[in-house]
Amino acid sequence: MNKVMSNKLVIALYVLPALLLIVTLIYGPILLTGYYGLMEWNGVGPMTFVGFDNYIELVQDSKFWDSALHSFLLAIFSTLSLAGYLIISLILAGKIKGSNLLRKIYLIPMLLSSVAIAQLWIKIYDPNNGMLNSLLMALGVENPPAWLADPKFVLYAIFVAILWQYAGFYIIIYYAALKGIPESLIEAAKIDGANPVQIAYKIKVPLIAGVIKVTVVLAIVGSLKYFDLIYVMTGGGPNGASEVIASYMYQKAFGSYEFGYGSAVAFFLLIITLIITWITRKLTASGDEVQY
Amino acid sequence: MGGKDIMAVNKQSKGADRSIYSRVGMIVLYIALIIVAVFQIYPLIWLFLFSLKSNAEVFGLSPFALPQDPKWENYIRVWTDGNIDLYFFNSVWITVSSVLLTVLLASFVTFAITRMNWKMNKLVLGLFMVGLMVPIHSALIPLFDFFLTLDLIDHPLSIILSYTAFNLPLTIMILLGFYYTLPREVEEAAVVDGCSVHRIFFQITLPMTTPVLATTAIINMIYNWNEFVFVNTFISSDKFKTLTVGIQNFIGQYLTDWGAIGATLIISIIPILIAFLVLSNRIVEGIAAGSIKG
Repeated sequence: MNKVMSNKLVIALYVLPALLLIVTLIYGPILLTGYYGLMEWNGVGPMTFVGFDNYIELVQDSKFWDSALHSFLLAIFSTLSLAGYLIISLILAGKIKGSNLLRKIYLIPMLLSSVAIAQLWIKIYDPNNGMLNSLLMALGVENPPAWLADPKFVLYAIFVAILWQYAGFYIIIYYAALKGIPESLIEAAKIDGANPVQIAYKIKVPLIAGVIKVTVVLAIVGSLKYFDLIYVMTGGGPNGASEVIASYMYQKAFGSYEFGYGSAVAFFLLIITLIITWITRKLTASGDEVQY
Repeated sequence: MGGKDIMAVNKQSKGADRSIYSRVGMIVLYIALIIVAVFQIYPLIWLFLFSLKSNAEVFGLSPFALPQDPKWENYIRVWTDGNIDLYFFNSVWITVSSVLLTVLLASFVTFAITRMNWKMNKLVLGLFMVGLMVPIHSALIPLFDFFLTLDLIDHPLSIILSYTAFNLPLTIMILLGFYYTLPREVEEAAVVDGCSVHRIFFQITLPMTTPVLATTAIINMIYNWNEFVFVNTFISSDKFKTLTVGIQNFIGQYLTDWGAIGATLIISIIPILIAFLVLSNRIVEGIAAGSIKG
């Protein structure tokens, strides 16, 4: 056994192709991003070393901080919306008739491309012929806003589309976790006279704390790297009102050919993602690893 | 809070008050769940309806009106005139090649990590798992530069390799859970019988992992089919564009033709919806496995 299964050549043959791919296409590039951030470079010509100029400019760039603020707002909205998904999942997991079908219906938007979702919601938000404003006017609202063209509303409008896209994803995760709780625990609580709300709040939720922690990380990190939907829906507009870190980086690099500065933004995105993942895991470390 | 619990309470309670109370509660819960379902599904029905409308209907009538005389020709028009057929087939072959490559390479790695004996396996596994956290935008500029140097910009290989690299971590994570639960007796017996590692992998392990291979394949298919940033950045000529970027260009040219836009979007989501109808349990399983075990 040991001899055949310890063959170094076979191990190399099996592991190296994939390893080579992630090293050259993921790890090499993220390190280079940090390095390119020290350069002034238009993407094709020669690079000039400028030290930390790009990073200093970044710290003083109010447009960058606006986009960072929007990313953080999306992260906060997304994290808060998890509570709603959790409540829906708690209801669904209680052997409701048709819960299987409902879960699948909830999931459908998650399967579609962000481009299709963005285009669909552009139509929904269309000021004149869209679904939303027609509904609002039928309900008696006069002059409903042009959602995506109004700096006051655009971020919320985008967030509703994000909510629509990801609801099923989180509900599936919570549902699977709730189904993993042994029946015996719930039965014992019932015998002790706990009502359904108490069972949900005091027993079920603490038992899936580990999974909730994972979803908080997913929601925050996912929001920080959010790009496709916003890029297609508004391109960061109007006037930067929906710009996020990733779209700002993309616009700097591939829009105005400031590849050095774009790299600095991209490197910041990487560092902030790693730090927040780490902090979230630390902060939520207690109550983890519930055994049953 | 759940229906089962309410029903259980129902059984125990003797007073009619509590029974009515829980029945009303049940109805309220159902209504809430159905409202969420309508919110999730209605926009897609609305999309399908306006894909069958003429501009006169879109701009002249209520957005909630049914199409008066369904314009199926919208679909034929965008399929042939809008290059959508080309984008569609590009999406198909690029998705399929990337899925096959990813699932095969990920199986090799998972097999080597869980079945073979070597010192660095935990470290290598860690390297793959950390890859899950890397935002693609943080790698995008050097990747662009790298493919430019290799003359692979505007070449489908650039996106196939990128899809594979960025999907390997998740694929390996889903495979790992299955490999750990898989009994090793058959493989061990094969070793005793003098089987080579390759035969064990291809003729024993790979067939045994078919269910999880299906799960990872469908999850990969959805990701690749829907991917936008890599194609938008690396591919410039129409002949290699996939649907996401293709429809984005198309819609840019037909901004006010709602019927054409609707038809294009429906065409782009139909393969995913068909896959979902056939394999919804696998998709649900893959999503649950891919996130919980993290």
